[in-house]
Amino acid sequence: MQGGFAPPRGRLDQDSGALDQDSGLDGESGRPCDGQAKRATGPGVIDTLRLTAEQAMGLLERKEASPVELHRAYLDAVAERDSELHSYLRTVDEPEGDGIPIALKDVISTRGVETTAGSRILEGYVPVFDATVAARCKAEGLTLLGKTNTDEFAMGSSTENSAWGPSRNPWDPTRVPGGSGGGSAAAVSAGLAPWALGSDTGGSIKQPAALCGNVGLRPTYGSVSRYGVVAFASSLDQIGPVARNVRDCALLYSIIAGRDPRDATTVELPEPVQLPETDRLGGLRVGVPRQLESLDAIEPGVRAAFEGALERARELGAEVGECDLPLSFEYGMPCYYLVAPAEASSNLARYDGVRYGRRVEGATYREMVERTRDAGFGPEPKRRIMLGTYALSAGYYDAFYGQAQRVRTLLIREHREVLDRFDLIATPTSPTVAFPIGDKAADPLAMYACDLLTIPSCLAGLPGLNVPCGLADGLPVGLQLIGRQFGENTLFRAGHALEQALGFDPVPTRYRE
Amino acid sequence: MAWEPVIGLEIHVQLKTRTKMFCRCPVGFGAGENTQTCPVCLGFPGALPVPNRQAIEWTVKLGLALGCEVAGRAVFSRKNYFYPDLPKGYQISQYDLPSCTNGSMILPTGEIGHVVGIIRAHLEEDAAKTVHVGGETGRIGGADTSLIDFNRGGTPLVEIVTAPDLRSAEGAKRFLQLLRQTIVELGISDAEMEKGTLRVDANVSVRPRGSGELRTRCELKNMNSFTYVARGIEAEITRQIGVWESGAELQQETFDFDASSGTLTARRSKEEADDYRYFPEPDLVPIEPPAEVVERLRAELPESPAARIHRVQADLDLDRAVVLVTGGLDRLWEATVSAGADGVATANVVANNLVGAAVDPDAVNPAELAKLVRSRERIPQAAFDEAIGKLGDPGFSADPYLAQEAVSDEAELGPVVDRVLAEYPAQVDAYRSGKEGLLGFFIGQVMKQTGGKANARAVSDIVLRKLDA
Repeated sequence: MQGGFAPPRGRLDQDSGALDQDSGLDGESGRPCDGQAKRATGPGVIDTLRLTAEQAMGLLERKEASPVELHRAYLDAVAERDSELHSYLRTVDEPEGDGIPIALKDVISTRGVETTAGSRILEGYVPVFDATVAARCKAEGLTLLGKTNTDEFAMGSSTENSAWGPSRNPWDPTRVPGGSGGGSAAAVSAGLAPWALGSDTGGSIKQPAALCGNVGLRPTYGSVSRYGVVAFASSLDQIGPVARNVRDCALLYSIIAGRDPRDATTVELPEPVQLPETDRLGGLRVGVPRQLESLDAIEPGVRAAFEGALERARELGAEVGECDLPLSFEYGMPCYYLVAPAEASSNLARYDGVRYGRRVEGATYREMVERTRDAGFGPEPKRRIMLGTYALSAGYYDAFYGQAQRVRTLLIREHREVLDRFDLIATPTSPTVAFPIGDKAADPLAMYACDLLTIPSCLAGLPGLNVPCGLADGLPVGLQLIGRQFGENTLFRAGHALEQALGFDPVPTRYRE
Repeated sequence: MAWEPVIGLEIHVQLKTRTKMFCRCPVGFGAGENTQTCPVCLGFPGALPVPNRQAIEWTVKLGLALGCEVAGRAVFSRKNYFYPDLPKGYQISQYDLPSCTNGSMILPTGEIGHVVGIIRAHLEEDAAKTVHVGGETGRIGGADTSLIDFNRGGTPLVEIVTAPDLRSAEGAKRFLQLLRQTIVELGISDAEMEKGTLRVDANVSVRPRGSGELRTRCELKNMNSFTYVARGIEAEITRQIGVWESGAELQQETFDFDASSGTLTARRSKEEADDYRYFPEPDLVPIEPPAEVVERLRAELPESPAARIHRVQADLDLDRAVVLVTGGLDRLWEATVSAGADGVATANVVANNLVGAAVDPDAVNPAELAKLVRSRERIPQAAFDEAIGKLGDPGFSADPYLAQEAVSDEAELGPVVDRVLAEYPAQVDAYRSGKEGLLGFFIGQVMKQTGGKANARAVSDIVLRKLDA
C-alpha cells in the first residue's frame, strides 16, 4: 500500500493488551454471541455505540468476533435506529472482506452498488468501478456496510438537500446532522458504523463531525485520491475519514492516503502516518485568529466550549497566541462561492442523460438534455450551476472567477504566513450547534454561512481536523484545528492529546443507559 | 478591381500514441463500436484524466519542427459545451497557455520562400464519433436517431493554427503537403485526411490587392483531401469576390464543402454566440517540460522538408523538389544521384515510374537504381519497366536487365516506322501542319509494335527524320 506505513493490523498488535480493558464487549466470555440472534443492547453483544474501529479490529485479531458478526451487529443497529435517522441510503447485507465494516458517503463510487450522490439524476446508476478510496478500503479487508446520505452532489450544510430526504442528528432528531456528509457523521455517532468516509469541499466532513460529536479529518489537498468520487468542485474536493476518535481517524487516513496514478493531483505523503500516542502538547504553538472575537455569528455556548478547549490546550503545555487572518475572514466566503460553483457548473455538465443515470426523453437531443437536467437536479445544484456558469461567462470571467482565483492566492499566502509562526490554527468548526431541520432550508445565504469557519483553510488546501470539545445546550461543539500542508501527524497528535484531556463522550446522551 | 485572397488554416492532427490522451484505452481504428472505452473516456462520475506523456512530448516535438517557442508552463483548460459526442460536457484543451507558439514554416514559392506564421500548436482530446441515422440531412438536426462510438473519444489531437499568411488555394495545398510530410517524418501521426487523422478547416477572406485590411472571413469545413481543400477555397474566393462586387456585405458564415458537386453549403447559423466558458482544468497540473527534455526532442528532429526542398531545389527546380520531398522521395533521389545518376532523369524516374509502380522508396538500393537510370535509354523499355517494378525486392540486382540491349538498328526499326506512319496518315498530316506533340504518339506505336524492345531515342530519331523528310 502506501510507502512507509506499517500495516494497521500489525500496529494494533502492540496495543492489544491495553485495548482489552476498553473492549466494546459486554460480559465475561469475551466472545460475542451471534449478533443476528441478539438485540444490540443485550449482554454479550457487540456494543456498536462504543466500539472503536481499533477495538473492532482487536476483536477480529483475537477471533472474538468474525467479520460477518461484526457486519451484522452494525446492520442490526441500523435496523434499530436508522429509520429515525436516515443516515444510510442503502446498506449491503453480505460483507465482502475479512476486516471490519465501513460506511461510505454516497458520492464515492462503489462497484456494483448504486451510487447517486444524493441526486435523482443518478438514480439507478451502478458504477462499474470502485473509487480509489473504496478500493484501498477493500484491499485492507474493510467490508462495505452501506452508502450514507449526502446533500445532493455534496452541496449543502444540513443534508436537507438530499433528493432522498434529510438525515437527522442522533443527539436530537429534530435537528440536522450538518452536511453535506451528515449521513456519515450521524451513522458513526449513532453506532451504525465504526467509521466512515466523507468528502469535504468547504466543510462537508468537519462541520457534520462538529454537529454530531465525532472526529473528522479533511486532509491536505492532494494527499487522498479523488478518483471515482463524484466531483463537486475539483480544486477543493478531498476525501477524508469520520471516526469516533482521533486514532481511528488517523488509522483510516493511513489506509486511503498517498499518491494514486489515476489522480494527477495526488502526491506521495512526505512522511508516514503516525498513530498518536502522546497526551502532552509541550511546545506546540496554537494560533487563534483575532477575527473570531468580533464574529457575532458564533453562539455563546460554542464560544464557551471553544475557550474551554483552548484552556485545556494551555494546561497540556501548548502556547496559545493570537494570529491574524483578515483576508480569509472577509473574502473566504465570496471567493468560495465563485470558485466552487464555477467548477461545479462544469463538473455537472456530464449528467446529460446520454450514457447513464436518469433520462427524460425529448424530441431532440437538446430537449432531452434540458428535460433530463430539469427533472434530475434539485434546486441547490441548479442554483450553483447558474452561479458558476455566470462566473465563467465571457465578459464576467475576470471580474468573478479570475478575481476569485487571485483572492485564493492571497488566502494561501495569508495562511502560510500564520503557519510560519504557529504549528496550528484553532477555531470553532461551526459557529452554531446543530440547528432544527427546516430552519435554514429556505435561506441559502444563512445555510452558506454555516461554513464560514471551515471554508478559508479549504481554499488554502490545508488539512483540518474536527475534535469534539464539549456540549452546548446538550449538543456537541466542535474544535477545528488547521495544520500545515501535509501536517496531518501534528493534527493527530494535538487532537489525540486534547481528546484525552477533554474526555468528551461521543455517545449521544439519549442513547446512553 | 484585383482581389487578393487571405487564407489561414486550422489543422487537427490525431497522434498515433498507443493509448488515449487522458486514459489508457488503446488508440486505433477497426475495433468494434465502444470497445475501446473506460470510465475516463466515457465521462463516468468521478473518473479523472491523467495526461499521456508521449502525446505531450510529440506535441513539443512538432512545435520544435515548426520553429515554435515551447512553453515552460502549458495549461490544460476546459472548453465547456453540450454535445452528445462530448461525454464530460467539456473538452480538455489548451487555451491561453498552449504548448507551442509563434513558429513559422517556409513555403517554397519561386525564388524566395514565403513565410507562413504558425500562431500556435496545442494539445487536446478528440471527440467521439456520431452517426446520425434516418432523416434527410444526415445531420443531427433532422436525424431520427444518433449513435455514438466513443472509441475515438479522447484520442490525442494537436491543433495547429496558421496566421492568415496564405494567398492562394494552391499555396494552401502546398503548405498542407509540406506540413503533412513534416508530421509523417516525425513519426507522430499517419496524418491521412481520408482516415480523418488529419483534418483541415480554412478561414478565407478577400481584399483589394495591395490593401492591408482584413475583411469578414468565412470558415470552410469537411474537406477531406488536399485537392478538395484547394477546390473549396477556390470556390469560396470566387463567391466572396462576387458578393463584394455586387455591392453587398459579406456575412460571416461556416460552410461545408461538398466534394461531389464542388459546392459550398452554409451551416445553420447558431442562435447565440459560442461561449465556451474556458477555465483551467482543475483535475490536471500545469505541464512544465524540463529544458533537457526539450533539448533531447530538438536533437531528435530530422532535417525539415522545407529545408530539404530548399536544398534539392538548388540542383533541380522548385516543382520537382516539392514533389520529391512531399512524396518522401528526396532521400532516395539524393542517394541515387550520389551513386552517379543524372539529377533530372533520376527525379523523373523516381517521381513517375517508381511511384507509378507503387514501389516503397525505402526498400530501394540507390546504387541499383542509379544503374537503371543511366541505362534507361539503352535497354528495352519493357526491361526497364520490369526492373523498376522489382526495385523494392530484397537483393534486387539491375545487372540482368542491363545486359539486354534495345534495338537501335535502323535496318530493323525503319520498316516498323514506315508501317506506323502509313497506318496513321491523318496524324502524319496533323504533325506536319504543326502538332508536334504527336511525336510521342508515333514513338509509342513503334514501341508497342516492337514489344518494348526498341531504343526510344533511336526510334525518335528515325521518326523525326522520316516525318521531316
